[in-house]
Amino acid sequence: MSNMLHDSPAPSIGPSGVEPGRRRFLDYLLGTSAAATFGAIIYPIIRFMSPPHVIESTESSVVAAKLNEVPVNSGKIFKFGSKPGILVRTEAGELKAFSAVCTHLDCIVQYQAETKNIWCACHNGHYNLNGKNIGGPPPRPLEEFKVNTRGDEIVVSKA
Amino acid sequence: MRLKAMQDWLDERLSIKTLSGAARKKEVPVHRHSIWYYFGGMTLFLFVVQVVTGILLLLYYRPSAENAFESVQFIVTEVQFGWLIRSVHSWSANLMIATLFIHLFSVFFLRAYYRPREMTWVSGVVLFFIVICFGFSGYLLPWNKLAFFATKVGTEIAGVIPVIGRPMLRFLRGGDDVTGATLTRFFGFHVAVLPATATVFLAIHVLLVQLHGMSVPPSVQKQNLRKMKFIPNFLLRDLIGWILAIGVLAALAALFPWELGEKADPFAPAPAGIKPEWYFLFMFQTLKLLPAKILGMDGEVLGIMAFNFVALLLFIVPFVDREPGNQRRRLVFNIIGVVALAYIVVMTIVGYVT
Repeated sequence: MSNMLHDSPAPSIGPSGVEPGRRRFLDYLLGTSAAATFGAIIYPIIRFMSPPHVIESTESSVVAAKLNEVPVNSGKIFKFGSKPGILVRTEAGELKAFSAVCTHLDCIVQYQAETKNIWCACHNGHYNLNGKNIGGPPPRPLEEFKVNTRGDEIVVSKA
Repeated sequence: MRLKAMQDWLDERLSIKTLSGAARKKEVPVHRHSIWYYFGGMTLFLFVVQVVTGILLLLYYRPSAENAFESVQFIVTEVQFGWLIRSVHSWSANLMIATLFIHLFSVFFLRAYYRPREMTWVSGVVLFFIVICFGFSGYLLPWNKLAFFATKVGTEIAGVIPVIGRPMLRFLRGGDDVTGATLTRFFGFHVAVLPATATVFLAIHVLLVQLHGMSVPPSVQKQNLRKMKFIPNFLLRDLIGWILAIGVLAALAALFPWELGEKADPFAPAPAGIKPEWYFLFMFQTLKLLPAKILGMDGEVLGIMAFNFVALLLFIVPFVDREPGNQRRRLVFNIIGVVALAYIVVMTIVGYVT
């Protein structure tokens, strides 16, 4: 259609009796309205698909366990807000707490009494009792938490 | 006479004679590689088994973190033949992925993607990834421990991709962590989004195969090539394969019922000896072997990007290797195929024994 318009010596009136300038304007209006309509449909769909941010629990400390629940040379997973943490009592009796989320691919780690390491079963990652990644694929150390005792309760707090 | 009248009535409205005529004309070349022609049809058959058993499971399955595990437990312990339907669904899924791998590699080595079949290959690669997504999303639905960690790792892998990774992870998980919201989403993907997409691409794929006919590999002499009628000769052979498949599925379901495992617990460590499904094992083993840092980058990021890159390469194979006469390129692609196959096989075995 546009070729026909270009070839004709008198381009003021198109084959349908409409001026090309007016036609282009109408095409533009139609195009932008179609795009706007499409956008108005797609945008809420895309926003709907992305999950809302849930307000993270702001608790900065939590009672992880009772003293008698963690014998020497053992570990225990506890709930720190919505994430798991790991509480370890070393052979020397010292209490340590870390995030239990493996820095490699998000698995939950455990204490391995034989190696005295924190170990992730998913891809065989090892951390020492300072949370440092010492073997396997984990790229970063585990986040360390502060540990205090209050009576027979073990209180873990963000450093 | 009445039958003839009915046929005419239908033909006038649906052109069934054109369709049946085309079906009757369809021929399959007979040569020493003909056996590989059966694996596409076998994959399709197993897909149909998945659809049927999947719809049956939907009658009892409940997609929530509180109910999913218990509902699958109910299916396999209380529902009549529930153990059978559930096990057939799991086994058929695995066999389907196996036949799909065979189909993909045989099409690759026999060069069935040469002009004009490039889009048949591309639609097939899309179907391959859809099937992988089916496997990954379906694996979570029983909400057991293994599935929970597999999904954590799998979605975290998606999250590692630069720029789009994080939003994609949140989209897949329905939040920052793997929770009941993830299960609901995966359920939706598994029973609505993926089946709809698969149906469209399956239709395109099968239609293109009919349009172009069966490809004859370049290594086969094309003169005086013997041919077999699709109906009934090839179809009957297909049928024997499908009946065998039903037998194998029933035997596997009866002798090796698919385990349910323990219910997922978001506050329990990953169980020792955890492994993904066999078709992800070669990637899993690679991630396990990669060091924490490679050239200053996180090892797993590099590995994951490499796998993504190879996946993208699959799409462009027919556009790179497009000259049937080019012997050197053919050799190079054969070597690439053999190396890829060997890598997958070796890493899968290493993943199993370690």
